Amino acid sequence: MNTTTTHSRDEAAFDPVLGVSLYREMVRIRMIEEEIAARYGEEKMRCPVHLSIGQEAVPAGISAALRKTDQVVSTHRCHAHYLAKGGDLKAMLAEMMGREAGCCAGRGGSMHLFDRDAGMLLSLPIVAASIPVGVGAAMAMKQRGEDNVAVIYLGDASVEEGVFHESANFAAVRKLPAIFVCENNLYSVYTPLRDRQPDRPISELGRAHGLHTVEVDGNDALGVYRAATELVAHARSGAGACFMLADTYRWREHCGPNFDNTLGYRTVAEFEDWKGRDPIESLILRLEGKGALDAAERQAMANEITAEITEAFAFAEAAPFPSIATAADNLYAL
Amino acid sequence: MPSERIITAAQAIREALGEALRDRPETYLMGEGVADPGGIFGTTKGLIEEFGPDRVVEMPVAENGLTGIAIGSALMGQRPIMTHQRVDFALLCLEQLFNTAAKSHYVTGGKHRVPLTVRMIIGRGWGQGPQHSQSLETLFAYIPGLKVVMPSTPYEFKGMMHAAIADDNPVMVLEHRWLHYVNGHVPEGPYLSPLDGPKVVKSGDRATVVASSYMVLEALRAATALEHVGCSIEVIDLRVLRPLDMTPILASIRKTGRLVVCDTGWKQFGIGAEIVANVVEQAFDALKLPPARVGLPDHPTPSSLPLAEVYYPDSTDIVKHIGRLCGLSPDAVDKACTEVLAVRQGVPIDKPDPAFKGPF
Repeated sequence: MNTTTTHSRDEAAFDPVLGVSLYREMVRIRMIEEEIAARYGEEKMRCPVHLSIGQEAVPAGISAALRKTDQVVSTHRCHAHYLAKGGDLKAMLAEMMGREAGCCAGRGGSMHLFDRDAGMLLSLPIVAASIPVGVGAAMAMKQRGEDNVAVIYLGDASVEEGVFHESANFAAVRKLPAIFVCENNLYSVYTPLRDRQPDRPISELGRAHGLHTVEVDGNDALGVYRAATELVAHARSGAGACFMLADTYRWREHCGPNFDNTLGYRTVAEFEDWKGRDPIESLILRLEGKGALDAAERQAMANEITAEITEAFAFAEAAPFPSIATAADNLYAL
Repeated sequence: MPSERIITAAQAIREALGEALRDRPETYLMGEGVADPGGIFGTTKGLIEEFGPDRVVEMPVAENGLTGIAIGSALMGQRPIMTHQRVDFALLCLEQLFNTAAKSHYVTGGKHRVPLTVRMIIGRGWGQGPQHSQSLETLFAYIPGLKVVMPSTPYEFKGMMHAAIADDNPVMVLEHRWLHYVNGHVPEGPYLSPLDGPKVVKSGDRATVVASSYMVLEALRAATALEHVGCSIEVIDLRVLRPLDMTPILASIRKTGRLVVCDTGWKQFGIGAEIVANVVEQAFDALKLPPARVGLPDHPTPSSLPLAEVYYPDSTDIVKHIGRLCGLSPDAVDKACTEVLAVRQGVPIDKPDPAFKGPF
């Protein structure tokens, strides 16, 4: 491990109401992702899927610190970011099934999730491509005198791309209300971080660019929330751009519904270690410690979410495909 | 009634940019050198003083990143105008232009708009060489979702710049640097020269020449000399490469039956190839002879003068193709060639043509 983390588990400051809402957000994301995985073999979702199972804490914690009018940009692994920011579930599933009711009217697939009304500006499949777009959104906010912020989700491999550095440099020199959130899940597809980057904390790159930088435990939703609250206040005040490094772990394969520990690119011991740090299970323990959320309440919540998911899948499956006559529509804005 | 006022294309561009910055608070300029004393060959000169560093953004040397930033701001309602001093530098932005700018409107079912203008300057001459003078317009014209325009006169430079800025799509404006020096009648105040397709700039009935950018001037000069030997040709300024409107070109071919295409880029896989293919597909019956293409030879641009002299096509190449297609006598072709060379006054090919001062 070549990154440092700061555990800010200040139990005294632990707000059970917030804890329950973060729990619900994470469970909802996981249940949706698990249902996608379970149904993927039906081949109704005919596009690649990059699941966020294991990585729910970061988007849950970040979004809890944001306003609806704040903007988020994401990557190929965008489901959790989209859902946590309030992206419409039915439009997401319809998009993955190629339906006209999809958020991209069936033109994008799972790697282009966006929801303008929710402040989910866009997701792009090319690694690091959405980073400058998020910085540009921050620039527009500043130019227009708005006090919103832009959150830019990126993975650990993104900092290997030149465009990350170009964007970070500009955000810093112009003091833009941009917050870079690097989810370090240790792998770029199958290639481990140690084979791709020297042994130095990724957060040092943020500091070198002059960004206000923090490290968090990416599996601690409360810790992420607390850090995000501070960064958002910093960016919103005009003090400048920020960088958060959050270490976390992807449980399933890079792309697809399965586990892939048999391939040998990572060890079962490593996987089990991270699974032992499940962001949802660890929050349950803390909530139970406060008497905030018992098993019956969790079950009631799960039932509610199941109903929502069942309804959304039914909606997407019943939604019509785009008409062939519209294939060339919207090539140019009129 | 054309405006009485005569200014250069560079001044016309600067005027359009100043007017846009004044009239539209959502516009801003961004580029390496936009705030420099020289101001991108005079086209942004002095704008930093009037509009300040938030509207005239001198950018770090980071073409791809800043293109993405411009796109992000455009998605939020801004109208960025980005400038590359050489189109060759814009190669670093292709990922953002091709993937994000070109596809955002389509991929969101029309919900996103990218009102982005990208100015890219094509160099030529004075030893600019292989990476400072390429004509890469077909790269951009290949991509659905981009608009690609090449103005040829000062009037068009100003009007098309305003139209590009007003457009809700990413518009690539390729400016031939030698056209910056050209004079023309340009009205004061903002006006739009619609990005709607090719225009007939000289009527004729013996043959059709479809030209773009700087080659429009070469084609017009060839047309004048050919007129003096009794051969009247039609010259069409292509203006808008994408979306490509073949209608005026096909109408002209149905009248003349002969086609010469000439553009500023490489002949192989160039714009001319696309024009010829469309004509062959849609008006084969109207063609009296196979079309001819005038373009750059199949190698990079050399820096040395003697190599550059044989690299760039000029009016004489157009005259010779027309002479062959129209069955002109060798004497008539010689006479027309002598005339266009005399107008050029023996100035070497690596310097701007003094005869092209205008007004156009």
